[in-house]
Amino acid sequence: MKYVDEFRDGDLARTIAANIAGEVRPEQRYYLMEFCGGHTHAISRYGLVDLLPSAVRLIHGPGCPVCVLPIGRVDQAIRLALEHEVTLCTYGDCLRVPASGGLSLLKAKARGADVRMVYSTLDALKLAQTQPQRQVVFFAIGFETTTPPTAVALRQAWALGLNNFSVLCNHVLTPAAMHAILADQGGARLGGFIGPAHVSTVIGSRPYEPFAHDYGKPVVIAGFEPLDVMQAILMLVRQINAGRAEVENEFTRAVSRDGNLKAQALVDEVFELRGRFEWRGLGSIAQSALKLRPAYAGFDAELRFGLEDKPVADNKACECGAILRGEKRPQDCKIFGNVCTPENPVGACMVSSEGACAAHYTYGRFKDAVRVA
Amino acid sequence: MGDIKPGYIRQIDLKRGVVDMGHGSGGRAMAQLIEELFAAALSNDYLAQGNDGALLPPAAGRLVMATDSHVVSPLFFPGGDIGCLAVHGTINDVAVMGARPLYLAASFILESGFPLADLKRIVDSMARAAREAGIPIVTGDTKVVEQGKGDGVFITTTGVGVVADGLTLSGDRARPGDAVLLSGTIGDHGMAIMSQRENLSFEAPIESDTAALHGLIADMLVTGADIRLMRDPTRGGLAATLNEIASQSSVGIQLEEAAIPVKPAVEAVCELLGLDPLNVANEGKLIAVCAMGDAERLLGVMRAHPLGKQAALIGQVIEDRRGFVQMKTRFGGRRMVDWLSGEQLPRIC
Ligand code: SF4
Repeated sequence: MKYVDEFRDGDLARTIAANIAGEVRPEQRYYLMEFCGGHTHAISRYGLVDLLPSAVRLIHGPGCPVCVLPIGRVDQAIRLALEHEVTLCTYGDCLRVPASGGLSLLKAKARGADVRMVYSTLDALKLAQTQPQRQVVFFAIGFETTTPPTAVALRQAWALGLNNFSVLCNHVLTPAAMHAILADQGGARLGGFIGPAHVSTVIGSRPYEPFAHDYGKPVVIAGFEPLDVMQAILMLVRQINAGRAEVENEFTRAVSRDGNLKAQALVDEVFELRGRFEWRGLGSIAQSALKLRPAYAGFDAELRFGLEDKPVADNKACECGAILRGEKRPQDCKIFGNVCTPENPVGACMVSSEGACAAHYTYGRFKDAVRVA
Repeated sequence: MGDIKPGYIRQIDLKRGVVDMGHGSGGRAMAQLIEELFAAALSNDYLAQGNDGALLPPAAGRLVMATDSHVVSPLFFPGGDIGCLAVHGTINDVAVMGARPLYLAASFILESGFPLADLKRIVDSMARAAREAGIPIVTGDTKVVEQGKGDGVFITTTGVGVVADGLTLSGDRARPGDAVLLSGTIGDHGMAIMSQRENLSFEAPIESDTAALHGLIADMLVTGADIRLMRDPTRGGLAATLNEIASQSSVGIQLEEAAIPVKPAVEAVCELLGLDPLNVANEGKLIAVCAMGDAERLLGVMRAHPLGKQAALIGQVIEDRRGFVQMKTRFGGRRMVDWLSGEQLPRIC
């Protein structure tokens, strides 16, 4: 309980805000990307933008697992559930992601598909054990934080010799997405990154070093508490002003340079790099995702059910891509808030509370121009 | 029932027995359940009339009527159970209209197989709550559904009250400049339920705040303060209730996060489960919107009542025809306080 208060102290936040305001150079623009949806959520929920001088602009990055999940992959999961009649298990957020044909996993469920929301990979595994006559597929999504639990489930399935359990793997890699953003022309504008909290507890701070050394972009790894975010912004402003580009760690209470080696070894045992993977908004990125190693191929749902990977274009009006690249803001999308709402999301950024559009809709839209119904 | 000699009937087994379809079929088993369990606990002159409805004396004033169905799971939780919750909830719905609650009706849907011992605990709790509130349950009904078609017990209660001449509290009466008062900490009920369900254990469990607010409300009304409206922020929490008021009145509401009382334990569990206390249900709290000039006086009266000790001025009504509720966060930033969207929170009230 102490924990929460300690890191949310309003006075401290104002002190940091005053420091930031004192240190920014008025003529300079500081475009800082918070990579993670967890940061996006904290920034919106605590209204942190109001505490920052106008020279600092936060750009919401693609670190929201469901937001970057391309339509084609959700379609695969829906096909599995509707046509192959498997029991499809996934995390709650995935259920409402809009897919082709006006479908989502939730709507497929309403049509009779056996779609289950689980809280952990082990729930899915248990389901496979209790109904041996039925194929159970775990629709795995997420960055480096959700990968180790999937690896654990696969190892157990292997040890148990379960032949009715498989994984549709969509695990993606944070550093690869950051590379893609920087390689893109829009990336030049970025002054630095607020680095992920939980992801970094797993992978450590070392994987961010190339961004500092090769691209000259400072990275400050920060926790998800609002004060962490404010402190990280101050540290980035200082680096930029001093012309430094380093990986700094604001979140030392949880992140080390090497990360969690045990979790990394586990992931490495079960998964290998995929050649390419389609990201919603960022396009196809080489070596940006994981797939099951040959030793685990028997548990790969893509192989077991012969699924083909058909890329599907996003809804034309949806600006998720430009938003995930930091080129547009949610309110710049023409259908934000009128057609696309959290109840009826058109694009993936409106689905998860970590998505940039959902965060702006829920916490920030009162600041937009008045639109009286 | 008086002509059946009790000696010739086998008493229902309140220790080990369970509800079965016969208890809802209109036959002897049903009569016996009503007599030995419901009537025994809830006894009052109106119920004793034994008719299909209760014959009530004329009421002095305009009537207020409200009804509420209760489907909480688990049925028993720290600080209460579905029985007292069903009594408090409806009393509060009547009372926040500015009315003095007079009578309650209760209707039960029981699932076949439900233990009679649990049913008795629930009915006893209702009886106690009604007695403490001084509001009798004057009529009722029981139906039984097959196993698997209910969730143990569903209870619907309906309440009637009278409102004094000249008093009209209504959601469309909030005006820019008005004060928004809250009677105490938020989120207690919802988190009491959720922490049970998620099997989170604490040194001291979070207790539901379930309580009948008509006493507190009566004290507030006597002051003659210019109260525009009152609400009890149950399902959907403070956020939903304030959004309702804002849209009914076509105004905005500006909250001050630091002024909103939240118990540290509630805050901690919310954090753990990724919830916002503003969206979490309360069962013994009220929001009052009043003229700013009367706010201090009203707060004094609220704080003098045991159910309003932590009453606070949490914000004010502002001009905004879009009906947005916004909040100054503890960090000095601003954000919107929206309805909950989509998230399927489990049944809590
Ligand atoms: S508002 Fe909806 S459609 Fe527009 S960019 Fe956001 S998610 Fe896509």
